[in-house]
Amino acid sequence: MKKQKISDDDNNNPFDAISHEIVFLILDHLLPHSLDVKSFSLVCKSFYSIESLHRRHLRPLRTHHLPSVLSRYPNLSRLDLSLCPRVPDSTLHVLSSSPSLSPSLRSIDLSRSRFFTPSGLSSLALRCSNLVDVDVSNATDMRDAGAAALAQAKNLERLRMARCKMVTDIGIGCVAVGCRKLKELVLKWCLGVGDLGVGLVAVKCRDLRTLDVSYLPISNKCVPSIVKLPYLEDLFLEGCYCIDDDGLAALKDGCNSLKTLDISSCQSISPVGIPSIGSGYASLKRLNLSHGIPVTFALVTGLKKLSMLQTLKLDGCMVTISGLKALGDCCASLTEISLSKCAGVTDEGLSYLVTKHGQLKKLDLTCCRKITEVSIAHITRSCTALASLRMESCTLVPKEAFVLIGGRCAYLEELDLTDNEIDDEGLEYISRCTRIKVLKLGICLNITDRGLSCIGASCPELIELDLYRSAGVTDAGISSIARGCPNLEMINVAYCNDITDTSLTSLSKCLSLNTLECRGCPLVTSVGISAIAGSCRQLTKLDIKKCGNMDDSAMIPLAHYSQNLRQINLSYTSVTDVGLLSLASVSCLQSMTILHLKGLTASGLAAALLACGGLTKVKLQMSFRSMLPHPLLNHLEGRGCTFHWRNKVFQVELDPKCWKIQLEDNNTLQ
Amino acid sequence: MKDLKTDLEDNSHAEAWAISSAQNRFPKHAPPDPDPSSSSYTGDFALPRNLQKWEDPSSILNYDTLRTQQTYTEEFGGSSGTRSAHPQNPSVRDHGGLQMNDIIEINKILEWDPRTMLNNLSFLEQKIHQLQDMVHLIVGRRGGPATMGRPDELVAQQQQLVTADLTSIIVQLISTAGTLLPSVKNSLSAVGPSLPDQQLRQLGEILSSSSLGMDAALPPQPSDGGGPKVPDQPNQVDPCGHSSNEHVEDHESKEEEDLDDGENLPPGSYEILQLEKEEILAPHTHFCTICGKGFKRDANLRMHMRGHGDEYKTPEALAKPHKDMSSEAVIIKRYSCPYLGCKRNKDHKKFQPLKTILCVKNHYKRTHCDKRYTCSRCNTKKFSVMADLKTHEKHCGKDKWLCSCGTTFSRKDKLFGHIALFQGHTPAVPLDDTKGQVGAGPSWIGETNEDAQKPGRASFSLGSDGEMQNIMASVKGSADDPASYFSPLTFDSDNFGGFPEFGRPPFEDSEGAFSFLIQGSRNYPPKRGGESSSNNLS
Repeated sequence: MKKQKISDDDNNNPFDAISHEIVFLILDHLLPHSLDVKSFSLVCKSFYSIESLHRRHLRPLRTHHLPSVLSRYPNLSRLDLSLCPRVPDSTLHVLSSSPSLSPSLRSIDLSRSRFFTPSGLSSLALRCSNLVDVDVSNATDMRDAGAAALAQAKNLERLRMARCKMVTDIGIGCVAVGCRKLKELVLKWCLGVGDLGVGLVAVKCRDLRTLDVSYLPISNKCVPSIVKLPYLEDLFLEGCYCIDDDGLAALKDGCNSLKTLDISSCQSISPVGIPSIGSGYASLKRLNLSHGIPVTFALVTGLKKLSMLQTLKLDGCMVTISGLKALGDCCASLTEISLSKCAGVTDEGLSYLVTKHGQLKKLDLTCCRKITEVSIAHITRSCTALASLRMESCTLVPKEAFVLIGGRCAYLEELDLTDNEIDDEGLEYISRCTRIKVLKLGICLNITDRGLSCIGASCPELIELDLYRSAGVTDAGISSIARGCPNLEMINVAYCNDITDTSLTSLSKCLSLNTLECRGCPLVTSVGISAIAGSCRQLTKLDIKKCGNMDDSAMIPLAHYSQNLRQINLSYTSVTDVGLLSLASVSCLQSMTILHLKGLTASGLAAALLACGGLTKVKLQMSFRSMLPHPLLNHLEGRGCTFHWRNKVFQVELDPKCWKIQLEDNNTLQ
Repeated sequence: MKDLKTDLEDNSHAEAWAISSAQNRFPKHAPPDPDPSSSSYTGDFALPRNLQKWEDPSSILNYDTLRTQQTYTEEFGGSSGTRSAHPQNPSVRDHGGLQMNDIIEINKILEWDPRTMLNNLSFLEQKIHQLQDMVHLIVGRRGGPATMGRPDELVAQQQQLVTADLTSIIVQLISTAGTLLPSVKNSLSAVGPSLPDQQLRQLGEILSSSSLGMDAALPPQPSDGGGPKVPDQPNQVDPCGHSSNEHVEDHESKEEEDLDDGENLPPGSYEILQLEKEEILAPHTHFCTICGKGFKRDANLRMHMRGHGDEYKTPEALAKPHKDMSSEAVIIKRYSCPYLGCKRNKDHKKFQPLKTILCVKNHYKRTHCDKRYTCSRCNTKKFSVMADLKTHEKHCGKDKWLCSCGTTFSRKDKLFGHIALFQGHTPAVPLDDTKGQVGAGPSWIGETNEDAQKPGRASFSLGSDGEMQNIMASVKGSADDPASYFSPLTFDSDNFGGFPEFGRPPFEDSEGAFSFLIQGSRNYPPKRGGESSSNNLS
């Protein structure tokens, strides 16, 4: 490629010596959607043009300026329109008629967009001849004609059509005939597609690697043709209630290449059918049996021959001790087990299981309420390589057990201790897991600033911290976290009543913070939010619901600085028309929840809604429905905005302790 | 001596034999009239009054071959085995013999069998010997005292018998020799019509199994002098035609109903029953003799009868009254339509009887009654027989699954099987689908550039799906005419004389494409078939 020349500068520009390829390599290390790339392009004309040439991925906020944007980026191959709620045919015509884009475009995402019709899809499919990846999920009003239009994209390899509920066998048949090179097809929730459509897909698209037919009303009839797919690796049959043991038995006849099988929530499958999995798929690596049959000894022995199995999900299943023990004996190579919400997981069974599977990386024990420190001791002793442990609501595990976790599982990256008995001493040991990235400590009423400061002192890689309703936490704890964890992106301090602006001010040092939830913190004011807004430019989600002291003065800095804000919850705050109107200048804003704003009037709301061009979702009091003019609502809906009308009564916040007691009462009642 | 006596009796009945055989074949209520001129059927069915007049060699052969029937049985399977059980009984002989005779004839026609010839010759030899013995006996008695009683009468009788036997032998000889000549083949067609239905069927079966081609190629010959006349239909002798008629279902169309008379019963050979109009249209045919309640089925009546007393609860009373299979002469019943002037009425010149009561009912309803049942799908087709409506409804508007090649299918799985089989064939998307999507945009459309795009977008969408739509429009448009159910693949210039619009090229100006859209949308999909077709009619 030619060397970039900068003639207007007399000084020797060091970048003159660097070829484009090298700068491209540097740019490759930046995330395509990060602000760094944007900053880079704004340095000078030279960088601007380099960045334009380098960019392959584009995720525009709105479609209005697409023609000029497309001429700026000639080498785009992936176009992600997931932020554009309204993509009418005119946009697709512009895309497909762009001389630079149409030959290079390989991938387009329309999963969050609406208002396109078969005509637009057809021009896209016909003119963008190199299109290999299309996502039209959630096109709930797309019909067979739309699918037929897509089918004209002959080179399509990946097509996602989840929730295209109006598409029938006919449309899928068109896709099957037209897109012969398909490797991945997602038809999840396409309720109009049945045996015939899926069968035809399996007959025509012989290259299929991934097929997701979850929740389709298909029966055993289409299984024989699926079985004959020579390269099929991932098959998702979640919630296919018409597929029973016979279908499963038919599946085993082929599919030697199968690596993933998901038959969760298939209610017609009985223990009788499971041995056919065990005997059929020697190469199976991932198996999902969630929400299905009870995991008993007999069932697990049926799976004995799956020597390659790595991931096993049994969420929501009835589990027996003998079943767990058999599981320990049979699949020697398991690295991931999910027993979330399994009834019947006890210390005896689980201990045996984990001792046999020392190489476990991920273990999900959410809501296994019967396990105690015995299990934890076994887990920590044998599974030292554990990277992810989820044990939400394991209420019988005493605080001493967390010492073991922190002491033995040094490689933990994700730890979910929501609703547990962990205390500061436990946290102190947890802080030894220095690689921890995600830590969830919601509803841990025993933890205080002391424990948190340990985490802050020794876990620099922390990205996500959840302190929801952990009311013992105050400013000191948050401050130490903010000091020690500069990479923090997400923090939830909801209902931590003692949090004040000090916390937010200290958190403003975490420059990558993108999600802040401080719901129900009455002491937080506009000052704190202003500090956050001023420095955390990446902020995309903000929840300040029930922060009664929050007023319009917080909205102005937000509107001014947080140009990436997408989602905001302002319910129960003191924000008025003024604040809302100023917020409307945030051009990215897509989702707003504005319930019980005392200072809000219908005209102010109308003006704000009208000004906020990118809104896709607004939660409003039902009373506004009649107060807002109908043409306005129609207009907003036409722009792609959906309204969720709520008729909630004003709730007075409970004392945190009181809330926990209430929760436990409910649990015991259940 | 005993042998001789039976032989004598045999011969003494020789003259009556023809009559008895005729009676066996004809219903008893219509005995053959000795006077040919006064009989209604003798013209058609001229059975010889005496042996000398027999000109059909096969009839004589029949009589003569009876004694060696056992030898033929092996040749022709078990079909005639039961009949050969009583070779001496003339009445039985008559039944089986005639048929056997024909079979022999046929076999000879098909292939000259030297074995059969040998059998015939040895039989003739035996026969001559018997005749010789009898003449010897007569010679001996003349000299004896036994002749004193009634000499004249006895002598005359004996003379007649001898003459008859001689004639028989001569004819047999001629017939045996005649099998070698091609002209005798025609006797088959002459014999056919005189046979009772059952025998003809058997004949047909044998024929069709071996010599379909040859026989079909033979033109039906007009009957020669003594043979029975062939009635109107030329195909009646054709065994293939006949056997196919056997399978015609009762609720088939009228045209087929006409065909099922290929059985070719000679007039008068069956009993004619004529039900009254009220009887035909009555909802019930079985009535309780005690309370008068009517039933559609006899079985229901029998169940009903249980309520009238214990005597109706016996297994015998509840059992299905089985038909008397043993009775030798089942009178063939045929039915006449009560509607005067109808071809199915017995007074019609070319009367064609109806086979069963069900035929009568369906015929009467179809031909002489209002069509009360209207198809609820298309609202155009009307029927007077419920079964016809149901048959129609099975298919009405069902051809809604359309392939891009233009072939329509009544079932979706058939369409998908077709598509799975052929490369490049695609299921065609119903038109309303496309239309709905084109107009699905929000009505407000605020941005000006979108307003400008709107018409262009609509026309574009028409153009983009044009090919498919055109195919669909042309196919479905043609479906209005019931005579033109065809696939576009078989488009013939001949078929389209009256339909200029089908000659259109698949791509035309936008106006043309739009007119196709409108036309297609009226006819497709058939979910709204009822309304659309009624629209077309009005």
